Amino acid sequence: MGAGLLVDMERIDKNPGNGRNAVEVRGLVKHYGETKALDGVDLDVREGTVLGVLGPNGAGKTTLVRCLSTLITPDAGHAVVAGYDVVKQPRQLRRTIGLTGQYASVDEKLSGWENLYMIGRLLDLPRKRARARADELLERFSLTEAGKRACMEYSGGMRRRLDLAASMIGSPSVLYLDEPTTGLDPRTRNEVWDEVQRMVAEGATVLLTTQYMEEAEQLAKELTVIDKGKIIARGGVDELKAKVGGRTLQIRPSDPAELAAMAQAIREAGLDGVAGAQAVPDEGLLYVPILSDEQLTAVIGLLGVRGFSLAHVSTALPSLDEVFLAITGDKAAPLSDQAPQEVAA
Amino acid sequence: MSTTTLTPAPAGSAGTAPSKPAVADEGGIGLRANLRHIGALARRNLLQIKKDPESMFDVLLMPIIFILLFVYVFGGSVGASLGGNRQEYVNYLVPGLMAMMGLNIAMAVGTGVNDDFRKGVMDRFRTMPIARSSVLIAKIVVELGRLMVAMLILLGMGFVVGMELHGSVFGLLGAVALSAVFGASIMWIFILLGLSMKTAQAVQGMAMIVLMPLQFGSSIFVPTQTMPGWLQTFTDYNPLSNLADAARALMQGDPVGNSVWWTLAWAAGITLVMAPLAVAKFRKKA
Repeated sequence: MGAGLLVDMERIDKNPGNGRNAVEVRGLVKHYGETKALDGVDLDVREGTVLGVLGPNGAGKTTLVRCLSTLITPDAGHAVVAGYDVVKQPRQLRRTIGLTGQYASVDEKLSGWENLYMIGRLLDLPRKRARARADELLERFSLTEAGKRACMEYSGGMRRRLDLAASMIGSPSVLYLDEPTTGLDPRTRNEVWDEVQRMVAEGATVLLTTQYMEEAEQLAKELTVIDKGKIIARGGVDELKAKVGGRTLQIRPSDPAELAAMAQAIREAGLDGVAGAQAVPDEGLLYVPILSDEQLTAVIGLLGVRGFSLAHVSTALPSLDEVFLAITGDKAAPLSDQAPQEVAA
Repeated sequence: MSTTTLTPAPAGSAGTAPSKPAVADEGGIGLRANLRHIGALARRNLLQIKKDPESMFDVLLMPIIFILLFVYVFGGSVGASLGGNRQEYVNYLVPGLMAMMGLNIAMAVGTGVNDDFRKGVMDRFRTMPIARSSVLIAKIVVELGRLMVAMLILLGMGFVVGMELHGSVFGLLGAVALSAVFGASIMWIFILLGLSMKTAQAVQGMAMIVLMPLQFGSSIFVPTQTMPGWLQTFTDYNPLSNLADAARALMQGDPVGNSVWWTLAWAAGITLVMAPLAVAKFRKKA
């Protein structure tokens, strides 16, 4: 496993101007028989931010959320959420968290309103307040009409929205969203995203697990990539892309006929760290994987010195999908040393 | 959004991260709050029944069918051996069926729990600041209500086929209460089974295997005098015999002997062992 991948573990702590950590996880371990669902996970979520936990099926995302929401007890390690230890103070913790799982956690036979009212009562709201809160949240999640119908008649998206509403009743300070849009169509997915963004705008701290890069990019600034119970990468979305995959320099010469000559010039120049250059005549573009600004300057400088005329230059980060595939897929070579893909999408 | 004050723990220093000063009640749940939670959860179970009235068929029909079957199939024959006629058997049978009713409803609790607790909503309950026992207690409260409905129909049906009461009203109420208390203790067993077994069918299969010998190897349907000695030993220790005998004596104003105490002792013993096991199982089920 690429040890070089654990990009800047201390980064979050050093980040200036941010608040306290709402979630702190250290060395969390959970075994199921021989399987290590969590194998020493460390992570932090700053108050009022969204942390995206990205990983394939079976990576340990749900186990992590279940540990942090007191549904299961970790075998080792330590986690503090909103100031409460998940193992030692589960009752206090349950007052401050909300959970929306992959599977709707509302009563199917009850109506949306009845579900919300029940949860309000379980959270010790007085009857009147519980009623008002149910009405209020149904309206906010555009479910007022559907509120009277049994949840089993709801569409997938309505159910997920009701689930979010149910998690909001107690105004939790920390929200866990465990694959909130898995199995939803794109339109419904957007609805759920809008709601999550709204919650965050109102100050909630969110730990979001997802398999979708697009979702992580949409909702989270900070990402943690998990696979087989281990954190294999972390950082900001752009940072992760840059550190893991590097960038690809795209150069369009004024005269497409010069493409091959340019590629050859770069390859033969032996610039430090520049792995190669590839001409793609169909696009009229030259692709050069680079890892630093210095390399970028060196490549452009070289082309200038050799007298090539350039029409357009741009750099592209690899898509998060590519990053993710690179990290979780091929682990034979340490990824930070691995050459970025020759042709960026 | 609430604002929580938090000092970040130094990385990797497990065990030293500070936590908020403990609140006065250590996050415990007061009795009144607990009752309120049980109320809200019982309401959920009642709403489920309201939306699915067919789920009451067992409670409504079981007593009628049992009375008709046993009174008219066995009544003449058993009544004669009791030194009377079918009427004699009605007086013998109805208190016994009261004991049996609790058992059959408890079995339904097991299958219901198995279905219900598979659902996502249980995860929500487990992550809420409520006593986890309240989910199970609410279920038992509602099932006891169903049991009361079954008892009423059973008694009504008993009177229709000519049951006579020679005891006092208090004796009758005592018999109903005793059956309910014992029924509730059996429900804990089935909740534990329901939480432990993989499918509702498995629970039902298991229940049949255990319940048939217990029900028939007792004094519920017939007096035990004509049974072989080894079987009588079993029936004597069978708590269902104690319950049936106690209910019979209370309803007919006969001396109850120790049967009431034995029944209560069984009910208390079963509850004390099974309820904590069931709650622990519910807590751990992930």
